[in-house]
Amino acid sequence: MANAALDPHAAIATTASGVGSGTLTTADGKPLARALVRSQRRARRRAFLLVLPLLAFIVITFVVPIGQMLQRSFYNDGFSANMPQVSAWFAQTERGTPPDDAAWAALAADLVATAEARSIGVVGTRINYDLPGSRSLFTATGRKLRDGLEPPYREALLEINEDWADPQLWSTMREASTPMTANFYLAAADRTRDTEGNIQQVDERQQVYVMLFGRTFWLSAVITVLTFILGFPIAHLLATLPMRKSNLLMILVLLPFWTSLLVRTTSWMVLLQQQGVVNDLLVWMGVIGGGQRLQMIYNQTGTIIAMTHILLPFMILPLYSVMRTINPSYVRAARSLGATSWTAFRRIYFPQTLPGLGAGAMLVFILAVGYYITPALVGGSSGQLISNMIAMHMTDTLNWSMAAALAALLLGSVLILYWLYDRLVGVDNLKLG
Amino acid sequence: MAVPTYASPLERVWHYSYLAICAAIFFFLIAPIVIIIPLSFNAEPYFTFTPAMRSLDPEGFSMRWYQSLLTFGMQNPDAQGWAFWSDAWNNANWIKAAKNSIIIGFFSTLVATVLGTLAALGLSRPEMPFRRAIMAILISPMIVPLIITATGMFFFYSNPCELLTLFGFSPECGRLAGTYLGVILAHATLGIPFVIITVTATLVGFDQSLNRAAASLGANPRTTFFRVTMPLILPGVISGALFAFVTSFDEVVAVLFIAGPDQQTIPRQMWNGIREQISPAILAVATLLVIFSIALLTTVELLRRRSERIRGVTPR
Repeated sequence: MANAALDPHAAIATTASGVGSGTLTTADGKPLARALVRSQRRARRRAFLLVLPLLAFIVITFVVPIGQMLQRSFYNDGFSANMPQVSAWFAQTERGTPPDDAAWAALAADLVATAEARSIGVVGTRINYDLPGSRSLFTATGRKLRDGLEPPYREALLEINEDWADPQLWSTMREASTPMTANFYLAAADRTRDTEGNIQQVDERQQVYVMLFGRTFWLSAVITVLTFILGFPIAHLLATLPMRKSNLLMILVLLPFWTSLLVRTTSWMVLLQQQGVVNDLLVWMGVIGGGQRLQMIYNQTGTIIAMTHILLPFMILPLYSVMRTINPSYVRAARSLGATSWTAFRRIYFPQTLPGLGAGAMLVFILAVGYYITPALVGGSSGQLISNMIAMHMTDTLNWSMAAALAALLLGSVLILYWLYDRLVGVDNLKLG
Repeated sequence: MAVPTYASPLERVWHYSYLAICAAIFFFLIAPIVIIIPLSFNAEPYFTFTPAMRSLDPEGFSMRWYQSLLTFGMQNPDAQGWAFWSDAWNNANWIKAAKNSIIIGFFSTLVATVLGTLAALGLSRPEMPFRRAIMAILISPMIVPLIITATGMFFFYSNPCELLTLFGFSPECGRLAGTYLGVILAHATLGIPFVIITVTATLVGFDQSLNRAAASLGANPRTTFFRVTMPLILPGVISGALFAFVTSFDEVVAVLFIAGPDQQTIPRQMWNGIREQISPAILAVATLLVIFSIALLTTVELLRRRSERIRGVTPR
């Protein structure tokens, strides 16, 4: 790989012949400094060329698709592209202007055009995102507009449906008349705009997203703490046992790590069911009566138990690799100086494990925040996380812009954590198995 | 780890309770995986040990769930001999899913391993510019939540040429969603971070002077790579490839979003089974997958030891 002629060290070696002539030169008479710079540049280019194919692959199949998706969170031309005339009227008038004759004429013309082009459903869907329930207004009106509309347009439209005069509807249409919008982010923060365009909270019973984000971070924190409590003793045991024994026990940590996620989730579903093995065992031991079997799955408990089990190896492995490097003589020295075993652990051993603890905790937290499969299968309704909401908007409600806005917020928080992880631990220190 | 001779009685008690705690945690780790194996031989459609099973009565055990796995989707499960097996090979849902998983896993691993190994070679050269930033980008498919990746891919793969419209072209190039190529590319992307991590870890202990020695003995760069570098980093490359394969073999979110009905994989089939009507047949699949992961784990462990031996890194 390393061609001798390109190697900086080789370039220096050849200068011996040029030393006598004042400036240092290479064997073929070029100034040494320039030759060195050139060979270094060539080496950099060669290294970069090796990485380039993969970088291009990742950018095209990963970075660009995510960028395209994020664009949808603030760009939606479902209304503005299909309703050009009324959009133009909105652009010319101030916010809060009541619709005049020109506005009604523009609206009527656009509605007739979209009804003919059969794109009125798209328009209705766009308005429906901000004003739930309004899609049917558009589609029902569209069905009656096939034969055109006679002036006066205001009265004609109101005759089809009274709701066309609703100021809330007009204000929503004004919001949607430009393709750039922050409304999906407002909705993701449980906020909406009133008719004057002021930001306000949505109804209490419609507030879901802030609570879901809160739950996602809270459950991830709980799971991180649990993996720490369970992982620390295991990592310590593995790090202090002799190599042969610890290698054997390590298999017990690595086997779950290598086992399919769906298999592990399934086995928890089987174990924790009301008629499952754990409940059977508890009844048999007499801890609970036969009639009061515990509901341990399809709720938050199920999500926490299954995710703790699944993410535990990600805590143990970094902790273990740091604990391996801790010199046992420090603790022995502390003991010989009179520290109790607890003091020696607390003041000497534990501080040295912090790098591994930090790496493991961040990894577990980052992975937990974005988990989808396990909560979807064992979470019930109280154990759903923000990822499940994104999936719901993608596949059920088809509100892709909303899914994109939620994904952008989730991605933002993960990237901040990733950046912190890189600063504190370094991505090149990531190890597997 | 023995109790030191100077330990006080209290410390001895603590030492043994510590070992007991560790045993309990190991039990928590491994029990859920082991327990499904006997349950998959249940003769009844229950997810618990029946009285017959508890008394080890052979009547309580059966292979019926394994049989139902094989015959599920077959046109004529009562046929005998050759006709049965050819029907199973062509029509059984789980066999189809296994074929898909293997095809997609193989090709995505190939792409991830070739590109990932090349990039790891570049990344571990000291003169690599922007090393840290590029590394962070290449590892990110492992960190970004899968649901976000899958959502992005869903839009991109539905119309991969939309990107070109930004530059003023408007070609038609069909869809990648619902094709094998689409799923393979998506899984390759997800497997790449694992290849990068394992191969760069192998290259950390790599002695560059071996390359120089080969060059000084007259080997050209290609010979040097295949005769000197490659044999030394091969264990790392293989274990990276296994990681990439497992990632693809176990992946369901991207498959849910971009695969069509022809690309049903084993995890996708399991997902359907779990969501609709969970039956002990799922446990039979799970058992087979556990056996598969034991085989993979053994391979990776053997490779790791071999790698440490040939690189002269003795286990600490």
